[in-house]
Amino acid sequence: MSKGKFGIHGGQFVPETLMNAINEFEDAYNHYKDDPEFVAELDTLMREYAGRPSLLYYAEKMTKDLGGAKIYLKREDLNHTGAHKINNCLGQCLLAKKMGKTRVIAETGAGQHGVATATVAALLGLECEIYMGKEDTIRQALNVYRMRLLGAKVHAVETGAMTLKDAVNEAMREWTNRVSDTHYVLGSVMGPHPFPTVVRDFQSVIGKEIKSQLKEKEGRLPDVVMACVGGGSNAIGAFYDFIDDESVRLIGCEGAGLGVDNPKNAATMANGTLGIFHGMKSYFCQNEYGQIAPV
Amino acid sequence: MTDIKAAFQNGKAFIPFVTAGDPDLETTEKLLITMSESGADIIEIGIPFSDPIAEGVVIQEADLRALASGTTTDKIFDMVKRIRPQVKCALATMTYMNPIFAYGTDKFMAKCSECGISAVIVPDTPFEEKDELKPYCDKHGIELVSLIAPTSHDRIRMIAEEAQGFVYCVSSMGVTGVRSEITTDVGEMVRLVKSVSDIPCAIGFGISTPEQAEKMAQSADGVIVGSAIVKIIAKHGRDCIQPVCDYVKQMKEAIM
Repeated sequence: MSKGKFGIHGGQFVPETLMNAINEFEDAYNHYKDDPEFVAELDTLMREYAGRPSLLYYAEKMTKDLGGAKIYLKREDLNHTGAHKINNCLGQCLLAKKMGKTRVIAETGAGQHGVATATVAALLGLECEIYMGKEDTIRQALNVYRMRLLGAKVHAVETGAMTLKDAVNEAMREWTNRVSDTHYVLGSVMGPHPFPTVVRDFQSVIGKEIKSQLKEKEGRLPDVVMACVGGGSNAIGAFYDFIDDESVRLIGCEGAGLGVDNPKNAATMANGTLGIFHGMKSYFCQNEYGQIAPV
Repeated sequence: MTDIKAAFQNGKAFIPFVTAGDPDLETTEKLLITMSESGADIIEIGIPFSDPIAEGVVIQEADLRALASGTTTDKIFDMVKRIRPQVKCALATMTYMNPIFAYGTDKFMAKCSECGISAVIVPDTPFEEKDELKPYCDKHGIELVSLIAPTSHDRIRMIAEEAQGFVYCVSSMGVTGVRSEITTDVGEMVRLVKSVSDIPCAIGFGISTPEQAEKMAQSADGVIVGSAIVKIIAKHGRDCIQPVCDYVKQMKEAIM
């Protein structure tokens, strides 16, 4: 029955209208992820378009300044479009194209995922529409400009708190409106199965590179891999290849806003409670009646 | 005979939806009583949710108004329980998975039963996830309504075979909201359901005029109307009782 569970988490809590679309996406992913031609095509795009592998840089001054561990920075910011987001966008947009889709939609918060989606859509000749909270379009006007320059249509979402959560709502609503030619490029390890698995897999290149690059530089595994956690895609991307390495500590850091004791924060893992929303069972900042907090 | 089954015995069923607490619970209370007197066969009581992903703007705004007026799941149950003897038709709740889960699914269904609510409709919980609800529904004698959509195709048989109460046929792609035209072949959707089950089928999403309702009722056992009613409530606020009742009467007459 229920698919895509990670322990008690995950699942497919979406309207019936989307079920065949996500099943079709799951089938396509399972088919293409092991298809040598697809793998080769994606690998070429990752190297020649995104600029992978990204550098692993020894932060000498930071290491001295902090006086503890030897610190290396995995420079995902040096990828084309300036973030790790492009790894997943290349994978999902290429899949969408193989599935015969001609249009992609995506949510974006600060705009990194929107810019990456717009960029890859332009590269692969897909129509692109981005949903972004109105507040975020104001705060990140430069990214809105970039997306438009790349030919994407940017919708400023004016519902709710006008931020990322509302952008996801609106992108899901639009997907129920038009599934036959449209793929929803979810940018975080969230949403209904198979999205968390797909995003994790396309991002896992980060950890694989860290492992081999560090082996080359230090001849060993890291003691700690540390990543910031918002939607979780760069974190699981960095962590995934190390999960079975028991000596490696994996540390995720959440945004605490004005402090974890202050209601104005986005520390979902620290402060959230179990809920079922945006397609999955996970942790959400919500009240006792299950109303989602505007973060 | 269950309340829901009985609701389909009086000609084609008219099933209006209201968001509880929009603009306040006193108004919802009056609406439930008078809509049932005006021809409603089942009333869908919407429990407001902060992030209703299957709703168009009209019901999204109703949810926000309801939450802003201090409406909570407990207050809704208290009100329904108090006025239940005065409401002549069957009742169902329509809400999302998270408000149910946060309340405690077992406790939620127990409360429904206690308040005389016969069925639940949860648009973000598809067939594959119904274990999250069904055991608790069964325990408390609540029917879990299944939805089918224009994209369901090969899924309809599987869904219909296990459906309870009635099958909610989503007439259109997208979210709830008034539409000038419905292009889906809803007759075909209903035929597929009926080929495996004699369960009643009601069509919802996009229906607002008596003409649309009459047309839809030709191929189904009932018609569900939400946004068109919520629009009347939004326009008239606390004075919406009479115009909503006039509308319900007109719609029920159109499908009789």
